Amino acid sequence: MDAILLQVLNGLDKGSAYALIALGLTLIFGTLGVVNFAHGALFMIGAFVAVTLQRVLNLSIETVHADKKDFLGNPLKVQTTYVETWFGESAGQLIIGWSVPLAILAVIPIMLLIGFVMERGLIRHFYKRPHADQILVTFGLAIVFQEIVKAIFGANPIQTPAPDALAGVWNLGAWLGLSLPYPAWRIVYFGFSAIVIGGVFAFLQFTTFGMVVRAGMADRETVGLLGINIDRRFTLMFGVAAAVAGLAGVMYAPINPPNYHWGMDFLVLSFVVVVVGGMGSLPGAVLAGFLLGILESFASTTWATTTIPGINQIIIYLVAIVILLARPRGLMGRKGVMEE
Amino acid sequence: MFGLDKVDTRTFLFVVAITLLAPFILNPFPSESALAQFNAGYPDLMQRFVIFGIFAIGFNILFGLTGYLSFGHAAFLGVGSYAAVWMFKLLSFNIVPAIALSIIVAGLFSLVIGYICLRRSGIYFSILTLAFAQMSFAMAYSVLSNPSFNLTNGETGLQVYASDPQYLKGNGPDNTHLFGLEMNSTATLEIGAWAFQFNIGFYVCAAFMIAAFYIAMRIFRSPFGLMLRAIKTNQTRLNYTGLNSRPYMLAAFVISGMYAGLAGGLLAATDPLAGAERMQWTASGEVVLMTILGGAGTLLGPVLGAAFIKYFENIFSKINDTVLHTWFSFMPESIENFLVAIIYPFVGKGWHLTLGLMFMLIVIFLPGGLVDGGMRIWNRITGKNRTQADPVADPKPAE
Repeated sequence: MDAILLQVLNGLDKGSAYALIALGLTLIFGTLGVVNFAHGALFMIGAFVAVTLQRVLNLSIETVHADKKDFLGNPLKVQTTYVETWFGESAGQLIIGWSVPLAILAVIPIMLLIGFVMERGLIRHFYKRPHADQILVTFGLAIVFQEIVKAIFGANPIQTPAPDALAGVWNLGAWLGLSLPYPAWRIVYFGFSAIVIGGVFAFLQFTTFGMVVRAGMADRETVGLLGINIDRRFTLMFGVAAAVAGLAGVMYAPINPPNYHWGMDFLVLSFVVVVVGGMGSLPGAVLAGFLLGILESFASTTWATTTIPGINQIIIYLVAIVILLARPRGLMGRKGVMEE
Repeated sequence: MFGLDKVDTRTFLFVVAITLLAPFILNPFPSESALAQFNAGYPDLMQRFVIFGIFAIGFNILFGLTGYLSFGHAAFLGVGSYAAVWMFKLLSFNIVPAIALSIIVAGLFSLVIGYICLRRSGIYFSILTLAFAQMSFAMAYSVLSNPSFNLTNGETGLQVYASDPQYLKGNGPDNTHLFGLEMNSTATLEIGAWAFQFNIGFYVCAAFMIAAFYIAMRIFRSPFGLMLRAIKTNQTRLNYTGLNSRPYMLAAFVISGMYAGLAGGLLAATDPLAGAERMQWTASGEVVLMTILGGAGTLLGPVLGAAFIKYFENIFSKINDTVLHTWFSFMPESIENFLVAIIYPFVGKGWHLTLGLMFMLIVIFLPGGLVDGGMRIWNRITGKNRTQADPVADPKPAE
């Protein structure tokens, strides 16, 4: 029982990353009809925003300590971060420790901007081009993003610790009478992604803006004929999708030290998730994300890998192939989407 | 000649001439000069040109003619390599059985995958092929290299060891050879300051590429090729005429898979080693890139694209900051440092950045690829409109 719950938890956490990326991909596809191969790169950029913020907060100034001396009797030089000098030592430490959650505040405007520039500058010119062209140009863009990050941050993974308060282990099972210690940050990640996913759905469902966007997804031309500038709203949705990917990346950084090829690693899997969920279906993307995440984590148990060696590496693709052949439109795909 | 019309014969002879004279053409700078690093006329690189040319020609038969974008073609290349190395391990270093087996195995493999993937079209097809390729990659990397059944030798890559049986080897050479002609033997011709290298491996691969090009040309001009082009133009209409297009698609898929297998076999023949990374999806992306860059659906495009990318991969990645400093050393130091600082991120280890940018620029401004671009420039110069004369490059639906 413990073991099963543990695998479900493991799966939920990887699944949340898949679900968030797939959600963004589906939003872009549903609104603009563009297949965005650079979405994984946006996820990666999100993680590196966290890295950057951590580095910026750790910028320090060398000062001579007032009364301490080193062992030779010279005045001791100490490194003090700017944040500590500005906010006092304890508050400064706290801010530095909480840099990853703080990066959430930074990542939203940054990703909205990147999304906006990307859509206006590049994607806009590709609405009328075939899907193959869209795939190729965004693929090129993904390479460019990836290489820029590599040039700045190097090729090695960068440790980005979570705040101390959340770095420990929570015993979730205590409520159920089971012993189930689990890293706190992973639980936070799952909760956070649930909130983001809920937020996106609420935004689409309960605001006028969201209503217009949904109408535009259903029939772009008619909405345009009603005198609504649907293009501008779709551009904003592209920004929102980029922000969702960025948020997923920021919070994932403490789980797995970010490196430059994260984007490509997650992209392929997220695409499989989107297709399994059904192209253009938002609930489908989320459902498939969690489902495949959980399946993958069950396939990585020792029991599974000893029964069928290597199953953990191929399970997602295997499931995708079976689902695509049995249910061509994916789990929750709508009729008439991407069926030329 | 050879069942080709006049224009095609000329194109074909042009390709043959360029390929055979490649050691001269690719070696324009004297070996001691500063520009010698731009020479591409050394065996290793030339072999890559023609091998990836074959790969791209094959991919173009699928993508260029039918418009089905496969993101998993590297799987067939990898399978071909593994098959070839197994022949080296079991029989001998003769490349003929190795290449024959790699084509057959890749063909069978693509038959199975194609049969399943072609049930879907558009992006679903791309994702399905990608899924299969990634699955093959993961399996080659881990599952198929366990001690009891070591088919791929995992991370190390499959290679030939002294303890391998090699039943037919006898007293044959210890390196890959074609009936005794060793693949890595090179003759050097020195004329003045130039040193031209003629490598057996290159000429073997070149012969294969010329054959591959000829077959592709015949396919392009055949009724079968016309049918594939009809699928690209309007598959629905084709289906409504009562024609089942799937066998044609499957045939195209298998043919391109066999081309990829041949390329994989030749890669193993020039260097008897096969690794799982050849099957990774970035490798599949690379062949897509080559085809697009050169011009999908054109005959010469894929070969051109393959050579272009492999050239830049090799030459650009060799340039480091010392080289840059020597180039700009004639300038004042501040300007020199500034220029080096600007150019440095794009060369050496950063050449992928250049590749990505180049790729984007080509897709944005030159969707027809280099061949289309060259044609446009030629038209501008001669003032003629030649695009109409070549219906193949730009098929218009006949209404």
